[in-house]
Amino acid sequence: MDLVLQLLFTGIGIGAVYALVALGFVLIFRATNVVNFAQGEFSMVAAYLMVVFSVDLGWPYWLSFLIALAGMALFGVIFNLGVYYPLRHRTYLPVIIATIGASILLSNSVLAIYGPQPQVLQGWFDTPGIQLGPVYLDSQYLLIIGVTILLVLFNFWFFERTLLGKKLQATSQDKEMASLLGISVSTMIMITFIYSAVLGGLAGILVAPVLFVSIQMGSTIALKAFAATIIGGFGDVAGAIVGGLALGVIETFGAAYISVPYKDGFAFLVLIAFLVFRPQGIFGERVAEKA
Amino acid sequence: MSASDNMIPAPAVRSKPLIIRHLPYFIGAAALVALAAGMQFDGYILNILLQATTFSIAVFGLSVVLGLCGQINLAQAAFFGFGAYAVGLGTADLHLNFWLCLVGGCAITLVAGAVLGMSTLRLGGHYLAMVTISFQQIVTLVMINAIWLTHGPDGVANIRRPELFQSSQSYLAFCVAMLAIVGYLVWHLPDTKLGRAMRAVRDNELAAGVNGIDVFRTKVSAFGLCALLGGLAGGLFAGGFAYVSPDQFSFAESIQFLTMSLLGGVASPIGSVIGTGLLILIPEWLRFLKSVPGLYLAIYGLSVILIIRFMPDGIWGFVSDAFTRWRAHTNAPPVAGALLLRPATTGGDIVLEVTGLSKHFGGLKAVDGVDIAVKRGSVHALIGPNGSGKTTTLNVLSGLYKATAGKIVLDGTDITSMAPHQRTAAGLGRTFQNIRLFRSMTALENVEIGAERPGNTMIGKGDDALTERAMEALTFVGLGNRANELISSFSYGHQRLIEIARALASNPTLLLLDEPAAGLNSTEKLELHELLKRIAAQGLTILIIDHDMTLVSEAAQHITVLNFGRRIADGESMAVLRHPDVVSAYLGSE
Repeated sequence: MDLVLQLLFTGIGIGAVYALVALGFVLIFRATNVVNFAQGEFSMVAAYLMVVFSVDLGWPYWLSFLIALAGMALFGVIFNLGVYYPLRHRTYLPVIIATIGASILLSNSVLAIYGPQPQVLQGWFDTPGIQLGPVYLDSQYLLIIGVTILLVLFNFWFFERTLLGKKLQATSQDKEMASLLGISVSTMIMITFIYSAVLGGLAGILVAPVLFVSIQMGSTIALKAFAATIIGGFGDVAGAIVGGLALGVIETFGAAYISVPYKDGFAFLVLIAFLVFRPQGIFGERVAEKA
Repeated sequence: MSASDNMIPAPAVRSKPLIIRHLPYFIGAAALVALAAGMQFDGYILNILLQATTFSIAVFGLSVVLGLCGQINLAQAAFFGFGAYAVGLGTADLHLNFWLCLVGGCAITLVAGAVLGMSTLRLGGHYLAMVTISFQQIVTLVMINAIWLTHGPDGVANIRRPELFQSSQSYLAFCVAMLAIVGYLVWHLPDTKLGRAMRAVRDNELAAGVNGIDVFRTKVSAFGLCALLGGLAGGLFAGGFAYVSPDQFSFAESIQFLTMSLLGGVASPIGSVIGTGLLILIPEWLRFLKSVPGLYLAIYGLSVILIIRFMPDGIWGFVSDAFTRWRAHTNAPPVAGALLLRPATTGGDIVLEVTGLSKHFGGLKAVDGVDIAVKRGSVHALIGPNGSGKTTTLNVLSGLYKATAGKIVLDGTDITSMAPHQRTAAGLGRTFQNIRLFRSMTALENVEIGAERPGNTMIGKGDDALTERAMEALTFVGLGNRANELISSFSYGHQRLIEIARALASNPTLLLLDEPAAGLNSTEKLELHELLKRIAAQGLTILIIDHDMTLVSEAAQHITVLNFGRRIADGESMAVLRHPDVVSAYLGSE
């Protein structure tokens, strides 16, 4: 029982990271109708930025954190202008392929610069964790869960309560109509990419002390996050969060009770099961093209 | 069907048998094989050639799935690995015959590809991309961790070749021969029934469905075929290099295959060979770049972005596109006879009987308990103000939406729960309000896909009969002399006519026309009216939706009026148009 509780905590912690990246996926998908296959690399790039500022340059952790996030915002701008924007009038296939190309470019550029050895990044807190009854609560996991809860609340407030959030929603639902109402669609898409890059970057920085900082971390996280969005229901914000948490828990239990080397395979099996039996996911999906 | 390229048929040389028209290809291929067998290469060159040959076959697979069918596969290296490990483990560990292992490996990859495709291809392309990436990762995990089976990271050594091709030189010649054969089949594929179906699915899935193509099966076939070619290539690769290990079949390799395909041109096997050759040779020339890990893949990633943006058709696409456009205007299409329409007459006096048809979207009752009876040989109009449920009705009739309740009987056959392509096979033809043609094809090819409807009794055997039927239909709508032009060069009104020709070529029992006059100018409307008269004169039953009251009242003998999803009037045209409910629905009541 103690082990179960401990695994549950760890699972939710790692699931929160998947949820954050999945959220980034969903936001870009809703704004552009395109899945960004380089979403995981956003996390990877941010983690390496942290390594540059905090480890290599030795700047204070909080300062490195802020600069890394600012860097991610800039990165979102560059990504949009370089990869998505020139292809915005084409079908989804070229855009997908371009984002895959971007993902390969990013991870291997970092590999060329930093080499294949994983880097180590300190956690935010000096205390490693606290013992609460039978369960040991790792401080970094606590931080991840806390930040995720805050971000979900912020997300809700931002999209439902602010004018900018509503403009973004309007753009994702009907670009033509939104532009006729005086909303600058390209600005809205730009904001989405920035927000999504910061979100993905935040997830990467938070998870870096738990995993290692490596070039593979991006694709691993992206794969799980994508599986999470399908499990939750494609394009659904709540679905991304629930799916991410569920996947983290499933994977942690799978690794503990079934097999460690195949840990990364469980996400795929769950994904296939959902595709076959419930492709619309837990929360359903809007389907069908209009004839 | 056609001769020397995959876009434009060349009817002038059609009469010669296929084997003679393609003789130059086989002579060239034989010369290459002889060259590979006869030239003395040193080991280094031999290895590069062997790699280029086997990789090209794997990239052919991508040209089928991505180029022809418009579906993505990011796990081609995994399928390549399946074939390689089948030959590797089979010949080295189990001491089985090489050919048996090669065939077995191909069978395994075909099944794996088809099953993977079946799990995902009903959903959108994003799912396919991510699922194939996941699959690729899993295969790599298994190759590394299932040591009892795969020897893990150590890989498989001492892989044997067939008795017949023991020397590297003769094995290379054998691989070149395989490349030539597979290349021929892939090159010819777009002009077969399956290939046309794939192109139709790529261009417009909805239209493919209502023209009698089983979209899902076509996609699964393309995906299975791609995997099969990957497996074959992998098997040949394993025999060639005698050693395989998991890192040769990783995600990075899948990306390399994709880059090769995109660079050369995804639509053609020639492009595949160009792309593969370049991406194998360039890294050999620039070996010093290999010392930095990741640099090559980073360059590939950047190339993918740049190619997609600036050269979406690849090197070969760029070359052949100019050639194709030039050819289109030099080819005179063949002269065609008169189009004959012989609608099937198995049922009774009523061709289409719709009873209690409903379609609800959540709480919205878009169509609510509608009855329609279309008499054989008549022109029947379905009218109603905007939002009255006309197009929804048509979409339920053609199977794009599932009916919430009710029954649809076409010529004695209950089609209520059939898929769109099955309804088409049962005798339904339709056009779309917002034109849905296959944009990368010529007018003739579009109409051929219509003529190819399963159950079309008006075409004989063979491709010539198909072309003839399509030409007749195009000539019938007045566009026979422009048959070999691409869709993009036709005006909006002409595109509408091509859509009608596509439906007519299939010799339907019932023709559904969705607002055919929308967007036409007054001359075009008159022409359309004439066309409808000529169609009706051959006894084809038509159900037409339109706003144009002049057209409807003159063309249709019978009118059904919908409003708010319900039928508010039904009967002979003039009586219906004077009906007070109809007048108030259109003009408002006092």
